[in-house]
Formats: sequence, structure tokens, C-alpha cells
Amino acid sequence: MSSASLRLSRRLGAWAFLGFAWLATALALLALAAILWTLVSQGLAGLDLAVFTMSTPAPGSRGGLLNAILGSIMMCTLAMLAAVFVGVLSGTWLSEFAGASRYGKVVRFVNDVLLAAPSILIGLFVYEIIVHPMKGFSGYAGAVALAMLAVPVITRTTEDVLRLQPVALREASVALGAPLWRTVLAVLWKAARSGMITGALLAFARISGETAPLLFTALNNQFLSLDLSKPTASLPAVIFQFALSAYDDWRRLAWAGALLIALAVLTVTILARLLSRETRRS
Amino acid sequence: MSGEAAAAVPARAAKGAVFDRAFEALCFGAATLLLVALVGVMASLTVGGWPAFKAFGLGFLTSAEWDPVAEVYGALGAIVGTVVTAGLALLFALPLALGVAIFLVELCPAPLRRPIGMAVELLAGIPSIVYGMWGLFVFAPWFARHVQMPIMMAAEPGSLLETITAGVPNGANILTASMILAIMILPFIAATLRELLLTVPVHLRESAYGLGSTTYETVAKVSLPYIRVSAIGAVMLGLGRALGETMAVTFIIGNAHGLPTSIFASGSTIASTIANEFTEATHELHTASLIALGLVLFLITFTVLGLARALIGRKPT
Repeated sequence: MSSASLRLSRRLGAWAFLGFAWLATALALLALAAILWTLVSQGLAGLDLAVFTMSTPAPGSRGGLLNAILGSIMMCTLAMLAAVFVGVLSGTWLSEFAGASRYGKVVRFVNDVLLAAPSILIGLFVYEIIVHPMKGFSGYAGAVALAMLAVPVITRTTEDVLRLQPVALREASVALGAPLWRTVLAVLWKAARSGMITGALLAFARISGETAPLLFTALNNQFLSLDLSKPTASLPAVIFQFALSAYDDWRRLAWAGALLIALAVLTVTILARLLSRETRRS
Repeated sequence: MSGEAAAAVPARAAKGAVFDRAFEALCFGAATLLLVALVGVMASLTVGGWPAFKAFGLGFLTSAEWDPVAEVYGALGAIVGTVVTAGLALLFALPLALGVAIFLVELCPAPLRRPIGMAVELLAGIPSIVYGMWGLFVFAPWFARHVQMPIMMAAEPGSLLETITAGVPNGANILTASMILAIMILPFIAATLRELLLTVPVHLRESAYGLGSTTYETVAKVSLPYIRVSAIGAVMLGLGRALGETMAVTFIIGNAHGLPTSIFASGSTIASTIANEFTEATHELHTASLIALGLVLFLITFTVLGLARALIGRKPT
């Protein structure tokens, strides 16, 4: 090959490569724009005051998503309370007590598996241990399933941010005479606070859009109910039911609900990102 | 005075030690709960699915006949559907993700780097049910009209192309499901690859540029070989996500049982079958078969994750 044609083929290869990288990014951005456009245009068309004040309607009559919104908020809140408690403690154990022990490695691997486990399987598990023995779908079962999805996220981020805290901080606290538990509670958790909140926000973002684990646990409920021991409506489950229905007004509500969920998730994600940036800066 | 102090110190240390031990035990308990949860998932899926394995034996895995009316359940169709959609999704997503990662690391003008990176991450934050709705109501009809129909028209009767593109032209099929899955796992793989590309030591890249390499040559011959092993791990994690994704696939794949016959045919995955049928299953064997399907899915994702971890954990040399 002559040097001129070699130079040409190299240059062509470089151009094709650069072109492809640009194209790939453009395609990804295009997909995002297309999804957001559909979501906003269809969602806004279905959004009105009734969405927030009325419960899910029968086909053909007026209604909203109040029961689903409340159900989602109740189950997610309950799930987050439980998940933050378990996740923060287990993350603390991994970072402060596990060291390089074999059991620590096992728990870390287990956490990774739970983090990647298909959420529908968590739903099946909760059905088997709670719904089936208690002979009924309930909001509590839904909250347990959501908590099981949130815990691994919180465990992982808690361990990561605690590990980032300098050893000197721990030593300073212990040197002042603080016992270990106070060192963790008052010094480490405080120093790592914004990182841990970020983790909790990401976990919340993950579970608030989850549908699959709720299908066999909380099921759904056409009526407004604040009783979590009964089947409970949730936004994702209602969207699933309404979107696949043949009724136009149900589909409109599904889009409105999808917009609400996506807005909530995106807001929380952006909040988490801003918060973590602040941590890094300080 | 000194005696008092000497007495005070051990007393406080002892008091603290009690709480210390209790606190450590509490943390240990929380960590153990994770292990209990995982063992519980495995055990409950095994126990719940046992009747299906007992009734059909190995045939549960090798038969593609899934007929709730006749109470015959074979998982092969769903297993193949799961593997094919996830595999195709990876095939589409990997080159694109690599392109995005390389763009962000090597090409992107600095002021655009953060907004574009953030936009790609937003794509990862969209709930899967939204992908499902967008796929079913926007993407599938568009695909059917502008891609599927022309290809099916162009396919000569009796040709191989006709065989692999046979199907109902409504856009709800294995190919479109894979494409939606690809969009869903793209941001995850791109973000991981970007992080990995940033770990390539600057002196290596600068040396390559210094020798007169183009960007392509630097990336292909220096950066990518450097991150190769961890990158495969990251890709496997993406694959794991595609395997277990439920809602988006349930919306678009068309939900037909049996072995998929073409890329434009409706199909089903393990997750979509469970999502569709579980609450409607009335026979015990039907429920057991769905739980057994869940166990199969768990084992598949577990294997993929184990491999990913083995690869990603290995440091590049």
C-alpha cells in the first residue's frame, strides 16, 4: 500500500469513527426528546384538576387518579422508612465492621445480586411469603416489595460514602473519648449526610416508577382507600391497566399518570445529582 | 485525683462498649437480613415452582408448549424469547453506547459535556412503564409503517427474508421489543463505559496521540484494550437488566406463547409471561409453572451477574 492511500484510509477510518460517535449521541438524544415530547404532549392533554381530586373512574365517566396517587405515596413512604433503616445499618456494617472478612464479601455479593435481581421476582417472593399465607393482596405487601428494591441501593451508597470519610475523622472522635457508636452516629453519619440522602433519593426514584413488583402484592383498587391492609391502588399499576384498555378516557388518564410519575422521578434524580455535586465540592 | 480519673476512664469505656456491641449487632443484623432475603427469594421460588418441575420434569425446560387450558406448561418459548430479546437489545445498544461514551470522553466540546451527560442519564431515569407506553403507542406504529411494511413488501415469496420477517404488521413484535430494551439499557452501559474510559491513564493516550495516532486509533488500539475486561463486565450488567425487564417488554412484545418464528413475530419473555398471567392463574399448576419460570429467570440473571462480577472485579493489567 502506498503511503498516500494509507494516509487516505486512515483519514477515512477516523472520519467514519468520529461520525459514528456523533451519530450515536444524536440518536440517544433524539430518543430522549421523542419520549419526553410524547409524554408531555399526551400527558398535559389528560391533566386537569380532576386528576388530583377524583378517584379512578369507570370507563366513560369522569374521574382522576387520586386513589392511585395516595396509594403510591403511602406505599413508597412506608417502604422508604423501612429501607432507610435497614439499608443505612447494613451499609454501616459493611463499611465499619466487615473489614476484609469473608462474611463481608458474601454480604457485598448478595447486595449486588439483590440490586440486579429482576423486580418482578421480588414481587413473586413477597406474594409467596405474605400475600399467599395471609390470603389477600395488601398495600403492606406492596410496601415490603418496594422496600426490598430500595434497600440494596441504600446499602451500597451508604457503604460507599462512609468509606470516603477520612480515617482521621474517626480517630479524632475516638481520641475525644467517644465510643464507636457515637462516632458513627454523630460524626460519620453527619459528615456523610448529603451522600446518604442522595442514595435514599436514588432509591426513591427507583421504586416510585416500579410496576412489576406491585402487580401481585398490592394489586390495585378502584376506590379510594387509606387502609394498607387492603388491596391498594398505585400510579404504575393503574397506568398499566388503563394504558392497555380500549377506552380513550382511560388512556388519557394513563398518559397523565405517566407524566406525573416521570416528573416525580426526574425531579428526584436531578435533586440527587445536584446534592452529590455539592458534596463533592465541599 | 489521678485515682478518680483512672477509675472514671475504664467505667466509661465499659459503658460505651456495651452500646458498641449492641450497635454492631444491630448493623450486623441488618446486613444479615440481606442474605436472608436472597436465600428467601431462592427458596420460595424453588418451593413454589416445585410442583411444575415434578409434573413436567426436564420437559418443563425443553418443551415450548404453554397451554393453560390443557394444563401443559413448557418454558422453552419464554426462555428463548428472553434470551433473544436481551441479546438483540445488547447488539443494538452496545455500539451506540460505545459511541456515546467515546463522544463524551474524546469529542464533546467542554461546555456541552455536562448537559449531554445529564440528558443521557435522564434516559436512564425514565420509568420502564413509560418506555412501554411510548413503545406501544408511538414507536411500534411508526416502525410498522416505515420499516416493517416496506421490508415485508420487498421480501420475495419463499425467500429467506420472507421467512424471518413474517408476522402481523402492527409493530408489536420481538424486534421492536428489543429496540425499546436497547434504548433502556443504553444509558447504563454508556455511563459505565464512560467511567472506564476516564480511568485510562492520560500518559497512555497522550503517547498514542504523540505517535501521530488518530482519535480512532487511540481509542481502538489503546483505550479499549486497556478497559476491555471491565468493559465486558459492564456490558454483562446491562444484559442482566435487559433479561429481567418486565413492563416495557410486556407492552410491546405481543405476548404470544411458543417459540418465536421470525423477528417480526409476537413472542413472550419469562418476565412478560409472569406479569400477564400470574394474577389470572387459577389452577395450582399454572401458578407453580409461573413461579418455576421465575426461578429460571433468577438463575439466568444470577449466572450473568456472577460472570460480570468476576470480570469487572479483575483489575486491568
